Amino acid sequence: MATVLILGATSDIGMAIARKFASGKFDILLAARKPEQLQPLESDIHIRYGVNCRSVAFDALQYGSHSEFFSSLQPKPDISICVFGILDDEEQAFNDWHLTERMIHTNYTGGVSILNVIAKYYIARKKGTIIGISSVAGDRGRASKLIYASAKAAFTTYLAGLRNKCFKDQVHVMTVQPGFVYTKMTENLPLPKLITSTPEEVADLIYKAYLKKKNIIYVKWFWRYIMLIIQCIPEFQFKKMKL
Amino acid sequence: MGFQHICDFIFTGRNHFQKMKKQIANWGNYPVIEANEEYFSFPDRLRELILKENGFIPRGNGRCYGDASLAKTTISTLKFDKILSFDRQAGIFECQSGLTLDRILDVIVPSGWFLPVTPGTKFITVGGAVASDVHGKNHHIDGSFSNHVLEMDIVLASGETISCTPGIHGDLFEATCGGMGLTGVISRVTFRLKPIETSFIRQKQVKAGNLEELIRLFEEYREYTYSVAWIDCLKKGPHFGRSILMLGEHAGVKELDPKRQNDPLQLPKKKQVNFPFNLPSWVLNPFSVRAFNFLFYSKNFKKEINNVIGYEPFFYPLDAILHWNRGYGKKGFVQYQFVLPLESKRGLVEILHRISDKGLGSFLAVLKVFGKQESIISFPKEGYTLALDFPVKPGLLEFLDELDRIVLQYGGRLYMSKDARMKPEILQHGYPDLEKFKDIVRKYNPDEKIRSIQSDRLLLTTN
Repeated sequence: MATVLILGATSDIGMAIARKFASGKFDILLAARKPEQLQPLESDIHIRYGVNCRSVAFDALQYGSHSEFFSSLQPKPDISICVFGILDDEEQAFNDWHLTERMIHTNYTGGVSILNVIAKYYIARKKGTIIGISSVAGDRGRASKLIYASAKAAFTTYLAGLRNKCFKDQVHVMTVQPGFVYTKMTENLPLPKLITSTPEEVADLIYKAYLKKKNIIYVKWFWRYIMLIIQCIPEFQFKKMKL
Repeated sequence: MGFQHICDFIFTGRNHFQKMKKQIANWGNYPVIEANEEYFSFPDRLRELILKENGFIPRGNGRCYGDASLAKTTISTLKFDKILSFDRQAGIFECQSGLTLDRILDVIVPSGWFLPVTPGTKFITVGGAVASDVHGKNHHIDGSFSNHVLEMDIVLASGETISCTPGIHGDLFEATCGGMGLTGVISRVTFRLKPIETSFIRQKQVKAGNLEELIRLFEEYREYTYSVAWIDCLKKGPHFGRSILMLGEHAGVKELDPKRQNDPLQLPKKKQVNFPFNLPSWVLNPFSVRAFNFLFYSKNFKKEINNVIGYEPFFYPLDAILHWNRGYGKKGFVQYQFVLPLESKRGLVEILHRISDKGLGSFLAVLKVFGKQESIISFPKEGYTLALDFPVKPGLLEFLDELDRIVLQYGGRLYMSKDARMKPEILQHGYPDLEKFKDIVRKYNPDEKIRSIQSDRLLLTTN
């Protein structure tokens, strides 16, 4: 049976993706900094869907360990989904380099580090799927999401480049651009109900898009058009706006 | 609405046209309050929230009807929903408290097990089932939900987690069953399941021309595992209390159609209709309710119907319509459920008379006979229990106060899970062990950190 690796499995979206793929009879490998937290999810997935599920320790910021982490995985995942990310208080981060650095590294550098390792393996095998969860925030830089948006923009661009690089070797790379999602990351923001998704909806759409081998998906679909309009605002106007 | 506003809305979620705080209500849509909702997926986070918040109530799927799980801060268990173990041989199930019964059925039914007790909706959490100590159509045989709970974890106001069973920390266990969340946050529950051969129910429906006949029928069919009656409470005269008694047993494989016998434990197909908006409140009037009740009664042409049906239409007829509560309009409704001792049949007649005289309307009037139960704060006790819906309108609360007095006079009591309005003295007189319950709550929740609008109203928590 095919195996799915979920990097950042303690996140709300990570857990929802794990259940969704398990319902499609994939074996599940959960990777997170504190894998012991995931024991309830392991039993849940095993009991509900009858697939294998286990957790492994993974730290996105320990780049040096990534190669060893991946080579230690047995069996190797057929699909790798990169879910981890962090949104700190931007004002605080602006004044504190450590926070800024952590946001950049978690949202960008860490993803590049582990996905390089995985992509190399998939390219050699000429088979495999990489799914990266980025964010619509990366589609245009703005004051209120200064660091987060720029790191996600870099990650989106990396995924696009990786898709191009891997194509000839039959390795598929999918970019997921979620808009607002009800998660731990956003629980203190009053999000407008109409355009906010649940983690389960995000997971459903990712699973469907995976089956159809999509390149880039927005969750939900209308975010593509919202962001298109926002990208069309001329910079001389955009820079004056309080965003 | 300027361009800047739209961008604010899209980028930051800041909405100038909407209040910051969320409005929440339970199933009756009455009352509606502003609340800060907190969630947790891991025990560490739960502990952190409990230590940080002051004045909160744990909340599951919000299917109690009134204000029991409302407070200015609610801690939702909905993300704490993992199955921890399921012994398919012994029928023992262990899960986190935010898991809903519909998800449990999806897992246990194909393995030949069923919930030991289920209320009329499957959209409640296990934590809620314990906190309300829910009952089902089999109460006279199997008791309430807590009868089947083997063990549970409760996170106290101090942040400490205690595992309890009826024997270990028995006071905490007892006060948590039916205790409306006031002892702590139920985080893990282990309970016993009931074996089934098929996912179908052998059903018998018997028409009763009036209340006397119905009560006689309940007596006659007391051996049935499941029994409940729907009463048309607007009917006067000789047909006062005409009703349909619904009885059921889990069907055996041999009782099924040959084509179903290949897959006797099949799950029902998922299909649901949504009630998309609130009906205007004038839609429910004595005429339309009478028409509904007439149709409901008359659809059973014969005196008795015997058939085999899936478990969903038998146990959860209303779950097929998501948000059916919207049928009562924006102002919401109050569900009134009381129990009267067996010898107080006259009280039942009196209350039903009051309701039919008043014509305040109720889609559903559900009657059931409870068996014996020993507990300090759980609702069920031996007798007749009747549940009715009333759309909120002027004069209703006064009318319900009148009914309360009759209930008390006949030695009955009300169900806290349905309640949104009773006075503290009604609770006090109805529950003889109330002081003992309060003492246990004070022991485990000494600073009254855990409290709800209901507990404040009923003086279970002070000031």
